[in-house]
Amino acid sequence: MSVVIHASDLTKVFGKSIAVDHISFDVQKGEIFGFLGPNGAGKTTSTRMLTGVIPPDTGTATILGYDIRSEPVLAKQGFGVVPETSNAYSDLTAWQNLLLMGELYGLPRARAEQRSSELLGMVGLLERKDQKVQAYSKGMKQRLILAMALIHEPELLFLDEPTSGLDVQSTQMILSLLRDLNKQGTTIFLTTHNMEEANRLCHRVGIIRAGKMVAIDAPEKLKTAIDRVHKIEVSFDRDVPDNTLAGLEGVMTVNRTGDKWQITTQNKDATIHSLAAFSQKNSAAIVTLNTLAPSLDEAFLRLTQEAKP
Amino acid sequence: MNPSGFSVQMRRAWAIAKKDIRIYYIKGPVLIFGVFMPLFMFLAFLMGGRQLPLSFLVSGLVGMTLFFTATAVSPAIFPWEGQAKTLERLASCPVTIEAIVFGDMIASTLFGIGITIITVIIGLVLGLSLLHGIMLLTAILLAAVCFSAIGMLLAVPPTNVPSNIMMLSSLIKFPLVFISGIFIPLEQMPPWGLALAVVSPLTYFTDLVRYAFTDIHYFPILIDIAALGVFTIVFTVVTMLLHKRTMPQRM
Ligand SMILES: Nc1ncnc2c1ncn2[C@@H]1O[C@H](COP(=O)(O)OP(=O)(O)O)[C@@H](O)[C@H]1O
Ligand SMILES: [Mg+2]
Repeated sequence: MSVVIHASDLTKVFGKSIAVDHISFDVQKGEIFGFLGPNGAGKTTSTRMLTGVIPPDTGTATILGYDIRSEPVLAKQGFGVVPETSNAYSDLTAWQNLLLMGELYGLPRARAEQRSSELLGMVGLLERKDQKVQAYSKGMKQRLILAMALIHEPELLFLDEPTSGLDVQSTQMILSLLRDLNKQGTTIFLTTHNMEEANRLCHRVGIIRAGKMVAIDAPEKLKTAIDRVHKIEVSFDRDVPDNTLAGLEGVMTVNRTGDKWQITTQNKDATIHSLAAFSQKNSAAIVTLNTLAPSLDEAFLRLTQEAKP
Repeated sequence: MNPSGFSVQMRRAWAIAKKDIRIYYIKGPVLIFGVFMPLFMFLAFLMGGRQLPLSFLVSGLVGMTLFFTATAVSPAIFPWEGQAKTLERLASCPVTIEAIVFGDMIASTLFGIGITIITVIIGLVLGLSLLHGIMLLTAILLAAVCFSAIGMLLAVPPTNVPSNIMMLSSLIKFPLVFISGIFIPLEQMPPWGLALAVVSPLTYFTDLVRYAFTDIHYFPILIDIAALGVFTIVFTVVTMLLHKRTMPQRM
């Protein structure tokens, strides 16, 4: 395996606050690497340093074998970027935006046109290709920006919260495209504050908090650290007494809010089974049943606690 | 092909220039400004009832037209694109900052040349006679590049508020017009005025235009051309160095 991104000691200070604090990590060829952290953790600042948009105060980044500071053009030629904020030219059409990218990456005109058609088809914008981007919805813009990042068939793709604030349809489309691209060999660096997204998509996840990397591991391993306690929310079509639920298998605590019960459990599976059995036995039909993913904050609390013995 | 090589970067600069022309220049208000400004200036000069003949005034008029059109739009492009975050897109593309700056210069050079040629045509229609056409064309080409470098120099302060930069550039552009022999012929200037005039590239361009229309000039022609050439090279190099420094602050 070869190293595609090598970040070493990257640091960025804005005024008095340290946005990114001596971060080091490697991303291997063929990986989907998730960079996970809450708002303000330093994900965007890190991504901007890695993609050569802002210089780091200290540290180095080697992308595809090129130092991003000393050989920026050669490094940039090999990767595509979907930045945090939408930034296609809104006065140009989708088609013109793509051809501009083609020229900036040095594609011959015919190739650029062919790629543009393919990509617009792929992101479902072919019929709107001659419309100015101004008139696009947020989801359409984001899909176009993904297409723009892919014009030169990069072997590495950076995405900064690509699905944040998007409609379900665009989110699903983007995530499935990323999976396909990765299958075809594209290495992907993705930032997100969405634990679920990172879990579903990434081979490895780095967790950043307040500018510091607090954990890097496979999501499964991180998950087990987080997944020890689950929350289940349930409601029945009739009243059931508190103590009956508390006695079910695996249940740790029971809380009532309105007509819903919030149950924490160490064994999600067993508890759901016993809830079903309970419902049948007492002929209290289940109206809602939700398993609640641990919030990112909870996850962080646990992860950072584990990091510090 | 090495993507960081000169010829590749030049082609990418041309892509940036085409984008600029499409987005910032081929716009109703900008074109109307570009075409009407020289027309109104002719009117103002003609109706001013000045003692100076039109053949002298035209040199200043052509000078002002080229200077103002070549510096009109380019200082605001970086602030606009910084605000719209499209600058971040460019910064992550395999183009050097020099190529981006040069692309912006190409666009404003072409805009300046186009509008200035319209001005010259209006002048010819009004009955002016052009004595040295080739010299005029050479002067316009050279000065257009020089003035567009000035335009990019005005864009150096890394603000993302376009109106700030427009205010600042007006503060610098207007005084420059007054010291450049446009309203007062160089030979009538006091020594301190002349001392100011020689540091303005607009002076040399105006002198060349005057020569092209009237055969009269203050400096030797070669000096005019050499001065414009030197200013062009110095401004271009300096503006690129400065932008390399301030670009990260726009992100
Ligand atoms: N250009 C900037 N100037 C000053 N502070 C900044 C700038 N960019 C980011 N920051 C600060 O750096 C920290 C990290 O921000 P950011 O990288 O955007 O986090 P994230 O992308 O994880 O939400 C935040 O505290 C933010 O306020
Ligand atoms: Mg961010």
